[in-house]
Amino acid sequence: MEGTSVRQKIGVILEALYYPIMALLASFLIGSIVILLTSSTSPLAAYSFMLKGAFGSMAAWQDTIIKAIPFVFTALSFSVARRCGIINLGAEGQFIMGALLATVVAVQLPLAVALPKFIHLPITLIAGFLGGALYGLLVAVLKVQFGASELITTIMLNYIARYLVSFAVNGPLKEPGQSTYPQSARFPETASLGSIVPGVRLHWGLVILLICVVLYYLYQWKTSKGFEARIVGFNPSAGEYAGINIKAATLRSLFIAGGLAGLGGCIEMVSIQMRLHMTSFSVSYGFTGIAVALLGSLNPVGVVVAGVLFGGLSAGSLSMEVMTDVKSSVALIIQAFVILFIAGRRMFTIRRKRHFRYHPVAQDEMGLPLPAPDEKDATHREQMPRLVTDKTDEDEVEGGN
Amino acid sequence: MDGISSFLASTLSLATPTLLAALGILVSERSGVLNIGTEGMMLVGALGGVLGSYYTGSVWLGTLIGIVVTVAFAAVFGVFAVLVKADQTVVGTGMNILASGLTITVNRAVFGASMSPPIIDTFDKVAIPLLKDIPILGPSLFTQTIPGYLAFVMVIATSFFLFRTNTGLKVRSVGENPQACDTVGINVSKVRFLAVLYSGILAGLAGAFISMGQLSFFTEGMIAGGGFMAVAAVVFGNYTPLGVLGASLVFGLSNASSYRLQALSTGIPSEFPNMLPYIITIIALCVTSRRSKKPASSAQPYIKA
Repeated sequence: MEGTSVRQKIGVILEALYYPIMALLASFLIGSIVILLTSSTSPLAAYSFMLKGAFGSMAAWQDTIIKAIPFVFTALSFSVARRCGIINLGAEGQFIMGALLATVVAVQLPLAVALPKFIHLPITLIAGFLGGALYGLLVAVLKVQFGASELITTIMLNYIARYLVSFAVNGPLKEPGQSTYPQSARFPETASLGSIVPGVRLHWGLVILLICVVLYYLYQWKTSKGFEARIVGFNPSAGEYAGINIKAATLRSLFIAGGLAGLGGCIEMVSIQMRLHMTSFSVSYGFTGIAVALLGSLNPVGVVVAGVLFGGLSAGSLSMEVMTDVKSSVALIIQAFVILFIAGRRMFTIRRKRHFRYHPVAQDEMGLPLPAPDEKDATHREQMPRLVTDKTDEDEVEGGN
Repeated sequence: MDGISSFLASTLSLATPTLLAALGILVSERSGVLNIGTEGMMLVGALGGVLGSYYTGSVWLGTLIGIVVTVAFAAVFGVFAVLVKADQTVVGTGMNILASGLTITVNRAVFGASMSPPIIDTFDKVAIPLLKDIPILGPSLFTQTIPGYLAFVMVIATSFFLFRTNTGLKVRSVGENPQACDTVGINVSKVRFLAVLYSGILAGLAGAFISMGQLSFFTEGMIAGGGFMAVAAVVFGNYTPLGVLGASLVFGLSNASSYRLQALSTGIPSEFPNMLPYIITIIALCVTSRRSKKPASSAQPYIKA
């Protein structure tokens, strides 16, 4: 983007925001129809309660951000895999496995050796990362070794992960002396992440998350491995032709993707839930992450912003349910339509010329200029595996007229 | 003997929804649309069926309502995946979340938060005269519900449709080479959209069968991966109706074994038998994915040149 004027940059940013904003508007519009049909509350009233519950006070903001943290982790997980052309529907299971392995280390390890916090906490976090990463790696191995589609294996592994948790909290990890509730012992102080500032609910997980966001950016755009992964995602045969080891890229991407989801699960444990139980994963962290990633265009900043929006949707819908007769599951419907409208964002393309004039150079996923756009070329690009952020919309091509 | 027969009966009953849904997925796959939204469609069919049966008092009208609602739901998938030409896997994922949100919202709005399910009309078992007296096979194979029989008839019907009719040829051609079809005047989008609606009919019936044939109530998330298993059954069955039948029977068997293992007091924690169908599905995919003949333009949106 060097050499472009401020005006052009603003144009590019507006361009990038257009589809997410349209998708959000359309989704909330449909949400309001559902509210009209299934409750006696007016959609406007319901949404105002939602807004208040999400961003209406300092406490609401904190709640929103705390809820956003796991969503951004799973969104990063989806993004890393998607950049390499893999649809990771398994962030759910990887999140759970991260939480499970972290619980083992947090609760069982102190029984064997007494550890100071500066050792115990890091290895708990590493265990969380590894739990998810290995689970993600399993998907990659099944894919490269046997050709098993990740679309199905990830879903199967999500269910298996839930049963593993159920087994663990009913069996080996069950709190000693506890007979009624199937749950693990409480995490010791040495394996807990506290508040950033005393008296505030925001915890250090936020800082770890932001570091991961920066690392995601650095890996994907500043390292050769990340670059390779994006080429594989953009055009596998071109990648192969360029001598990229597609199998290695797949394995690496799913390892990192799983690890990010696992770390998210671990952080949710060590900072919020503090013990593993059957209902630890009643929120669908993995699938919300998909919506967050798509709304954020797999972009580091975009994913954080989208994550806060969905954290707000989650926090706000709960307070909406308390204040009105609208069900919080309306949030799930809105989330689903965000995914649908982002995937089908072509439907929002306006063919007429935009007001702001800039001369965009059509770019592909790697930021390289594309050949002169003509009708035939546009078609060709459409047929290649498309990334969410690739710019294939006709109006952009016409923008220079 | 009774044990074997009831095990066989439970295998068939558990294979039925997979088979029905997978036959629908097969047709849409053959037309080039990968329908991973089947899970959601079955969920919608399951609730639609229960609601229909609850209000009309008839399992048949309930099933019809379940199917109609599911076809409407499938139309949304079709609009995004076929007409707007969005990424089919992402749209499918969106549809599954949508189904989960819709069914939770509607279920709670209609039945409230009460835990006791409403009493509804369900599918009865219909024994076929004479055949029902065959030992072992009689009480299982020839004493099923109507959708149970229908699923097996549909195998032959789908086979005939895909490989012996003009329309079936069109469906298969569109899935293999949409460009060529377009040139000879076949409306690719129309064929694919109709194929998606067709898969909606069968997914709706499959869902209604789960909530009114296997069980007699609706619970949130009750499909529990069954739609994805149906997608896997199509790959496992090498994209042919007979193959899909075999795959569905294997999955039905693994489900039935899972229940049987839980019923027997083996000392194994119930979670492991519960995992069995999911593990079998993964293994089945690993064994067959490389050999399976996927339609050439599967999951590729067709954009007119």
